[in-house]
Amino acid sequence: MSTPFYVSPEQLMKDRADFVRKNMARVGSVVVLNYEGGVLFVAENRSRVLHKVSEIYDRIGFAAAGRYNEFENLRQAGVRLADTRGYLYDRRDVSALGLANAYAQLLGNIFSESGGKPYEAELIIAQLGDRAEQDEIYRVTYDGSVTDAHGFVVVGGAADAVSGALEGTYQENPTLGAALRTAVAALAQSGNGETREINPSQLEVAVLDRDRKQPRKFRRILGAHLTALLEDEPGADTAALEENGEAEPAASAESADEELDPNTLIDEALDEHDEDDSTGDN
Amino acid sequence: MGTQSTGSAAGDYGLMRAAFGGTGTSFTEFLAEYNPEYLPGRRAAALGASAGPLPFDPPHGTTIVALTFPGGVVMAGDRRATAGNVIASREIQKVFPADEYSCVGIAGVAGLAVEMVRLFQVELEHYEKIEGTTLSLDGKANRLATMIRGNLGLAMQGLAVVPLFAGYDLESAEGRIFSYDPIGGQYEEHGFHTVGSGSVYARGALKKLYRADFDATGAVTAAIQALYDAADDDSATGGPDLARRIYPVIGVVTEDGYHRLPEAEVAELVQQIVDARYRRPDGPNAPLQ
Repeated sequence: MSTPFYVSPEQLMKDRADFVRKNMARVGSVVVLNYEGGVLFVAENRSRVLHKVSEIYDRIGFAAAGRYNEFENLRQAGVRLADTRGYLYDRRDVSALGLANAYAQLLGNIFSESGGKPYEAELIIAQLGDRAEQDEIYRVTYDGSVTDAHGFVVVGGAADAVSGALEGTYQENPTLGAALRTAVAALAQSGNGETREINPSQLEVAVLDRDRKQPRKFRRILGAHLTALLEDEPGADTAALEENGEAEPAASAESADEELDPNTLIDEALDEHDEDDSTGDN
Repeated sequence: MGTQSTGSAAGDYGLMRAAFGGTGTSFTEFLAEYNPEYLPGRRAAALGASAGPLPFDPPHGTTIVALTFPGGVVMAGDRRATAGNVIASREIQKVFPADEYSCVGIAGVAGLAVEMVRLFQVELEHYEKIEGTTLSLDGKANRLATMIRGNLGLAMQGLAVVPLFAGYDLESAEGRIFSYDPIGGQYEEHGFHTVGSGSVYARGALKKLYRADFDATGAVTAAIQALYDAADDDSATGGPDLARRIYPVIGVVTEDGYHRLPEAEVAELVQQIVDARYRRPDGPNAPLQ
């Protein structure tokens, strides 16, 4: 076997990178940013079922831009990795850094492997810390490079334009509503200087909420709560986190407490016990 | 799936490669492909085919009771594990949340059972994350039956696990209970059910105490009474340990999800019941007719 044509590694990598960049330029962007209560994910997404933003583990969220089937493969692999690590060690031993590194190696290998085509996907892995300064956000690009970010990070076609807009508008520790409006305004920058209109039905929004009582901190913000937040209605921040949580299967600790209020429980128990007792004595 | 991926848990990249090649929604199946040694049931081979008695007494968990009430289900377990005639643990936990709308209690070989519960919990959460939707309550119950079937080899050698599964069915808006046998047979129970060595006594108590119109408190009280009766007659079931403040673990599942009763609440109820037993040691009298 002889090699008919010599292609330098530089040329090979450049061709592959050009291929990915050309295709990635067309996809919608995703912003992940810190707000005062945790980490906010905002994606431009017209589909309600094909998610760009998802839960990986208790305190780890995933956001992606690119080709759906490819980043969906990556997401599922991340869930398998996280669940396996958590099962073999402990839930606390699953970290965004480990996950980001594994993704980076995987994407790096896919990018440079001969034969297949490189993946057209860029990922953001975010982990909620106990305090705001412990939050971690990583960006993994199609060629396997990892960067860690503070404040905000963007992936997708118009990433540069959106980042540029956020540079000017993002302030430290915004409220949930403020962070969301900043992100949406930035996403509306399409890259060629024009500003588009984005309405709530084109958005996929989720948070890692530090104040959530359940161990799983990921929660989606949908429908009326999302609209209220976008329009800066008073009280929208708390409503989005509380009521949305109640509607969601997961967040039930508070309402369960109401249902089984200790005092009523004990009072009722006393009443019943008295009845039992009298039956016993008679 | 690369061959380098099998075996070591240490390498994240090896695991990622395996995870990337994985398909399907079952965590157990993925783990079996990645490294079958990690599954509880796969240890049958290690024991060999010898059908003789085990050379040791592994700790066994004992009594679990579950009962439904309008709007939910209550599950309670005592805190004792025994190895032969020795009390292996005074404070073992045998009732666990399976996910946010169901719980599982375990009787049988404690080590295997606890491992199976952990796997079951991950299995349900894994499905939810991969699929983006939760399993139906029947789906969860069937999943657990499959896991018990995977343990058949060990069960045949005397290491049986017998769980009790209960949850709130969001579709029919009611609490439901499922029992299992060591072979993996699954049976839906109505009203109440008990498993473990003290289960006969607990079930006898519940037959007399159970009311279809219980509220949550009534159901919890009946569960504690039943466990007390089980501990009264079965040496492998632990009664409430007032001196050490060790009380039954009690889970309540309603439309608001799983909720473990805080220890202070259980302590109050237990104290009432124990006080009443000083006056009438056999517990409340059921009407004769």
